[in-house]
Parts: sequence; C-alpha cells; structure tokens
Amino acid sequence: MENRGITFGYGFLSQESSFDVQFSLIEFDGSHSYFRAYLVGLLNTILVSVIGIIFATIIGVVVGIARLSNNYLINRTASVYVEFFRNIPLLLQIFFWYFAALRALPLPQDTEPMFGVFFLTIKGFFVPAFVWNNLDIFIYSIIAAIISIIFIRIYARKKQENEGIQTPVLSISIGLLIILPLLSFLFGGVDASVEVPVIKQLSQSGFTYEGGIKLPPELISLALALSLYTATFIAECVRAGVQGVSKGQKEAAASIGLTPNQVLKLVVMPQALRIIIPPTTNQYLNLTKNSSLAAAIAYPDLVLVFAGTALMQTGRAIEIVSITMLTYLSLSISISIFMNWYNKKIAIKEK
Amino acid sequence: MFKYLKQLTSLVAMVAVLFTFTTETMAAKKSKTLKNTQKKGFVRCGVSQGLPGFSNADAAGNWTGVDVDVCRAVAAAVLGDANKVKFTPLSAKERFTALTSNEIDILSRNTTWTLSRDADIGLTFVGVNFYDGQGFMVRKNSGYSSVNDFKNGISACTNLGTTTELNMRDFFNSKGISYEPVTFEKADEVVAAYDAGRCDTYTTDKSGLAAQRIKLSSPDDHIVLPETISKEPLGPVVRQGDSVWEDIVRWSLNTMIEAEEYGVTSANADSMKTSDNPAVKRLVGAEGELGAALGLDNDWSLRIIKQVGNYGESYKRNIADTGILPDRGPNELWTKGGILYVPPAR
Repeated sequence: MENRGITFGYGFLSQESSFDVQFSLIEFDGSHSYFRAYLVGLLNTILVSVIGIIFATIIGVVVGIARLSNNYLINRTASVYVEFFRNIPLLLQIFFWYFAALRALPLPQDTEPMFGVFFLTIKGFFVPAFVWNNLDIFIYSIIAAIISIIFIRIYARKKQENEGIQTPVLSISIGLLIILPLLSFLFGGVDASVEVPVIKQLSQSGFTYEGGIKLPPELISLALALSLYTATFIAECVRAGVQGVSKGQKEAAASIGLTPNQVLKLVVMPQALRIIIPPTTNQYLNLTKNSSLAAAIAYPDLVLVFAGTALMQTGRAIEIVSITMLTYLSLSISISIFMNWYNKKIAIKEK
Repeated sequence: MFKYLKQLTSLVAMVAVLFTFTTETMAAKKSKTLKNTQKKGFVRCGVSQGLPGFSNADAAGNWTGVDVDVCRAVAAAVLGDANKVKFTPLSAKERFTALTSNEIDILSRNTTWTLSRDADIGLTFVGVNFYDGQGFMVRKNSGYSSVNDFKNGISACTNLGTTTELNMRDFFNSKGISYEPVTFEKADEVVAAYDAGRCDTYTTDKSGLAAQRIKLSSPDDHIVLPETISKEPLGPVVRQGDSVWEDIVRWSLNTMIEAEEYGVTSANADSMKTSDNPAVKRLVGAEGELGAALGLDNDWSLRIIKQVGNYGESYKRNIADTGILPDRGPNELWTKGGILYVPPAR
C-alpha cells in the first residue's frame, strides 16, 4: 500500500463529514464526524431490518397458515403469492416497488389525506407527530406495567402448578398496559398534543409538507420489498412446521377434552415452533443482509452512507469496507444469538 | 596530437550515443505501467457508466466522448492504434479503487480534481480536459429563475459520493436553506427519480445536466438555472508513483489541445511536417526528439492528431454536434477567450 501512496488508519472517523443525509434517526448534518455518519447508517439499517422482520413475520405466518387452509381459494392465493414473490430477484422487486411507488403516488398538492392527518405523497408518507409533555413519566408507567405483568405471570404459573387453577393472564396484562399509562395522563401531568403535517408551497408547481414525521418513500418501498420477499420463505417455514406435528398429537389432545384453541396453543404450536424457529432465523439474517440493497434506491442505510458516500469522500476503502463487514457480521451474530436463545427456551426440556 | 583528438572525439560520440540510448530506455524501463501496457497490447481505461459527450457506449459497444478520446490518444501514442483500448465502466464509488488496485491504468471519467483526491489516496491528476461547474436543473413550471428562489424543504436529487454532494451542502448552508438530499449510486436512477417528481431539483455538473436532460421524458419542460455554484475541473487520473506514465498521459492530452492551438487537425497533420513554424514541426515530430523523453518513438504525437484529432475536433464531434453544449464557454482556447492553456511541447 505504501508503494501505491495509500496511507492506512482510522483517524478519519473523527473528521468532519461535510455531507448531509436525507433521513436519520439521530441528529446529523455535515458538521458531525464520519463516525456519527456511520451510526446514522447503522441505525437506518437496523430500522429497516426491524420493520422488515416484523412485517415479514406477520405476513409469513398468515400466508403459511393460509396455505394449510382447506378453503381452495385461500390456499391457492397463498401458494401463488409464495411462488411469485420468492422467484423474482430481490433487487428487481426493490426497483419495482420504488419506481412503481414513485409513478403511482400523487404529488404533495394532489394527495387525498387519510383520516385528515395522513398524507401519502411521492415525497414521502407524512404522519402526525406527538408532542409530549413529561414524556419520562409516561415511559416509567409503561415500564411499571411490564414489570407487574412479569410478576403476575410468575404468580399465575405457580398457582397453576400448586392448585391447578388457570389465571386469565392475557386480559390482565392488556388491562395493566392500558390502565397504568392512562393513570399517568390523569395524575402524572403527562400531556400529548398532535402535530399534523401542513402543506407548504416551494415554487409555482412544487409543494411539500412541514411538521409531523416524514417516512421517505425509499424506506417504505424497501421495507415493503424486503417483507414481501422474506415473508414467502417464512410462510414455507411455518407450513413445514405445522405439518411436521403429527396428526396423532392433535387427536390425542382433542380426546382429553382440550378445546381447538387450546389444542393449537398448548399442543401444536409449541411443537411446531421448534421446527419453525431455526430456518426462520436464517430468513431474519437474510433480510438484514439484503437490506444493504438499499443503496440502489437512495435509502441511507449503512452501505449507502458509510460504504458509499463516506468511502468516496475519504477514499479509505480498506478501512471502511472492513468496518462495514464487521458491522454486518456483528448484526447477524446478535440476531442469531438471540434466536438461538429463544430456540433453546422453547426446545424440549428433558427432565 | 591529432591521433588523440580523433580518439577523443570518437569517445565523446560514443558516450553521447550511450547516453541518449540510456535515457531512451530508462524512461521505458522506469515505467512499469508503460511496459505492461505494451506487453498486453491495449490501454486499460476506466470510464463512466454512460454520460453522453464524455463517455458513452452505443448499441454496438463502441465508446465515444471527450473522456474516451483521452484514452484513445494514449493508445495511439503508446501502441500506435487508437482503438487498442479496453474500457471499463465504473460507478463514482468504484472509480478510485479500480485505479489504485491496478484494474485500470487511466481513469478518464469526468472526475473533479481536488486537493484531497490528488494528495491523499494514491492518485495523481494529470490535467484538465473539461472545465465544468455545478448547476441546478428545475421544472419550467416551477417558476424558479434563479437559485435565490429556493425555499426551505426543497428536495435535491444527485449522485452519491461525488463532489456534487459536498458542494450542495456548502451551497444550501451558505444560503441558510434546509434541504433534503436524495442520493443514488447510478445516474440513471437519479434521472428517473427526478423525472417522476421525487425531487424539486436535480444537481450535478452543468455538462452532466445538459447530457442527462436528453434522457428525461420531456426534456423541454426542464431548464438549467444560470448560476454555477462550484469549480469542477474534470480530468484524467493515474496512479501515484509512475511519473513516466503520468507524463505520457499528460502530454497526450496536451498534444490534443496544442494541436488545436496551432491549427493542426487530423486531416492536415501529415502536411504540417513541412510547416515553417518550428513549434508545429515539433508537435508533429518532424523536429526534435520529444518522444524519446517519454520512452516513445517520435511519431507518437502525430499518431494522436491523425487518429483522434485535436481537442477542438474531439469537442465538436462529441459535445457540440450532439447538441449537449454547443457553446464551448471556458473550454475554448486561451487565444479565443477561453481558459484552455497548456505548457508548450518542446
């Protein structure tokens, strides 16, 4: 490297970045360092991955169960969806959703507001933002609710083991989650007002919205493409998992008098999950790694901001690519550690 | 006495011959890139992924453009055939790495010459083949007539990893305008997003705006604002550490510009060998030993002019006649009011 006049070092990370990013979860502009630019990219990658994983799981489970349905129409629709979306390269799907969205979405001045406060436009999805007073008390109330739910669950389990009586844990939990935050509004001085986006004229023909929260179309189309694509694989995992539970188990459970809901919850799902979790972990990892295709459609993820702009502006290819690789590695390993922990938790416990 | 004098002169002559011989081969020996290029039989040239007028491939894969012509000139000088070039299309992100990692030997890809690029990352800029500046394109019906009309919240589409991205920030900051930068890796996607209405303005080098405008769905609905917000001297780049190769590329480009200055064209180059002007004769290799200093034969410059043409011919063929920028502006010779001024070839 010395022969080629290339210097090596990570000192550039503290230099001023001098470029801006269109969308970031933390405050960022060109006066911040390259390290902060790295954080911006990382957080955006995590954001789109988390959104993608949540939606992919929901769609995947629904479609996977739909494929098992006895209803011919539901069954066929689900299979067509799976076969269609998993057999088209993801990059093409991302381009399709992005440019289809750009073509289909209205200009800011032409959009019809949803419920009067949501504005879906070509420049992004503008949603109202909450402006909080005493936000910390509200957060404490939620934490308090969660802690009490954990205690109630422990109590309920003990009670069932000792006395054989079931406690309606779910309804109590939901109740707590509603009541405690509500109390914080009534007595804690918590107050939230809603800031609705307002249209703003930029030029004779150009408009945008101000105020509220803006979700850029790049984020929406990327999350959509990632979820729809990964959901097909998760659906197959779910189908395989449920089909993997032998029929005799269900019949046996029914014969001892469990209701169909209880059969699903207590007998089928615990066994199916053991089959579903490991391959689904792979899909979560794939989704996270695939989110790096964001660079193609201007969503400022780690690859675009750090391994793109920052690499270009500093010319430090080896340093930046190595950091980026390490970051994806750590992200993937974290997901897989978490999923392995969850898998162990639901695995058969030999006694 | 005379006997010794005769011996002395022959000795001096021998030394002189030896000396010229060594200088000739020294240049060739010192340059690994030159040696490799001659061995391979083609010049490895990095170009853009398609920028009309600068480097653009037609349906048959033939590359044309002023950036392409620089590489062709080097091929004509070094290998004797302007067509012996292997073009590698590169994104803005890949270009410098491709050069420093030895994938290409010349990067001729509308690249802005800046201090940090020149000094920091193992590159050397050899000259300027196009003086450009960053501008803004907007929709005609927006009513914008100047960058001073821009308002807070404007969204701007551009390529990522370019000086454009930095200039844009400097510009909006100095004006105190908040803006939304939407940056894509490939120019085609920038154009598509701007065309769809994702952005209020599209910003890049003015030559780029002029060239990309052709790709919009209705080019006539868009205008380029008059202001230029930055200096963008675009030129070919080579790796640091091979000064002979650097000289060859630099003087191949300079030859094209100087040829225009002296009125030498691809059509009249041969007849210029008998010109009365010694500068012209040096330029076409009829006088002096300029090629030897670069490790080349003496017809190197004549081949450039005959096969590629002078700078004016190249500009006319690629940029003016294609309707991209008919007016040469600063890219006119210094003798005609422009700023093209190259050191003399002597």
